[in-house]
Amino acid sequence: MALDQNEVLAGLAEIVNEETGIAAEKVQMDKSFTDDLDIDSISMMTIVVNAEDKFGVKIPDEEVKNLITVGDAVNFIVNA
Amino acid sequence: MSHPTLNQYTPVKFSRIYALGAARGDLTVTNDDIAGPIDSSDEWIRQRTGIITRRRASADRSLMDMAVEASTEAIKKAGIDPKEIGAVLFSTITHPHQTPSAAALLADKVGANPAPAYDISAACAGYCYGIAQADALVRSGMAKYVLVVGGEKLSDFIDPTDRTISFLLGDGAGAAIVGPSETPGISPTVWGSDGSHWDAVGMTASLIEFRDGAASWPTLRQEGQTVFRWAVWEMAKVAKAALEAAGIEAADLSALVTHQANIRIIDELAKQLKLPESVVVARDIVYTGNTSAASVPLAMHALLESGEVKSGGLALEIGFGAGLAFGAQVVVLP
Repeated sequence: MALDQNEVLAGLAEIVNEETGIAAEKVQMDKSFTDDLDIDSISMMTIVVNAEDKFGVKIPDEEVKNLITVGDAVNFIVNA
Repeated sequence: MSHPTLNQYTPVKFSRIYALGAARGDLTVTNDDIAGPIDSSDEWIRQRTGIITRRRASADRSLMDMAVEASTEAIKKAGIDPKEIGAVLFSTITHPHQTPSAAALLADKVGANPAPAYDISAACAGYCYGIAQADALVRSGMAKYVLVVGGEKLSDFIDPTDRTISFLLGDGAGAAIVGPSETPGISPTVWGSDGSHWDAVGMTASLIEFRDGAASWPTLRQEGQTVFRWAVWEMAKVAKAALEAAGIEAADLSALVTHQANIRIIDELAKQLKLPESVVVARDIVYTGNTSAASVPLAMHALLESGEVKSGGLALEIGFGAGLAFGAQVVVLP
């Protein structure tokens, strides 16, 4: 069963909050991980691994660089 | 057809690390010193790596100078005659000659000639590979004492404009004497490699490409995210396997001594292992930088010198890096 977009966004926001302290409500679909949320490459990888665990999906290393916005990540997870 | 019965080595039951020695680069290089060519700042480097300074060696301080200094300290502290050293293992990726080995010269310089001597190429896992082999050589009866050295002069192979790894790197050598013991002092080693990620950390080019003018001087580089994921989550599994192989729990440790790759790898790995607060986590990287094969013995030596851990306690040591190669074992602190 496909994951619900809103649920994935909420779950991802929780992970981002745990890793970086950024308020969950600031984690919105159109936000860029680096430019808007100031998340560096190492924090990004921690978020990716925690998202894999939480949603039961696999996000390959080569895919991570394509996840520019929160929406990119949410859509990848929903469609994985 | 009958023949006389062959002699074989007489094994000894246990081994341990007798003593450590350490030598670092003579120059203290600050973040401000190197931030310019990578368009960075002291704050950026501290935040992403934990490094405040790294130690590098000046032009007249060679890899061999540092290895001899560290080895001499270890031999002296172990209280052994260097003539009794039955093997010299030198883990390095920065010995500037393809052949002969750095180990043979080191053996001669520390008074261990004619001990068998060879280099180990396992990058940041090299020291733990060396301890694994030393343990096997001693327990098999092949060698009474083994000198294990992890040493690097990485500053010869860096690109000041590289933002992936060069700014992390430092120079140094750490040495250990391994010998026979009445009680177990080195646990089984959990070690291995994953060549499917052969290009995740390594050199920008081969020496042949450099000779042919197809590439500039080869320097180190890495795919940071790939290495970070592997170094934390895969190495957490290796570290747990090493504890299990040793028959102990994380709470039994005095110290966790990981390869000093990056403070965020060290901290995240420690978090994954759910270490109790009583376990000291080595963070020698803060003032030494990442010294590849030298980092584990340098970090352990620093913990012992500062009194943060005591001789006789247990330490989980884990090295991981280019290859990708990894090795982990629990040792009794010398």
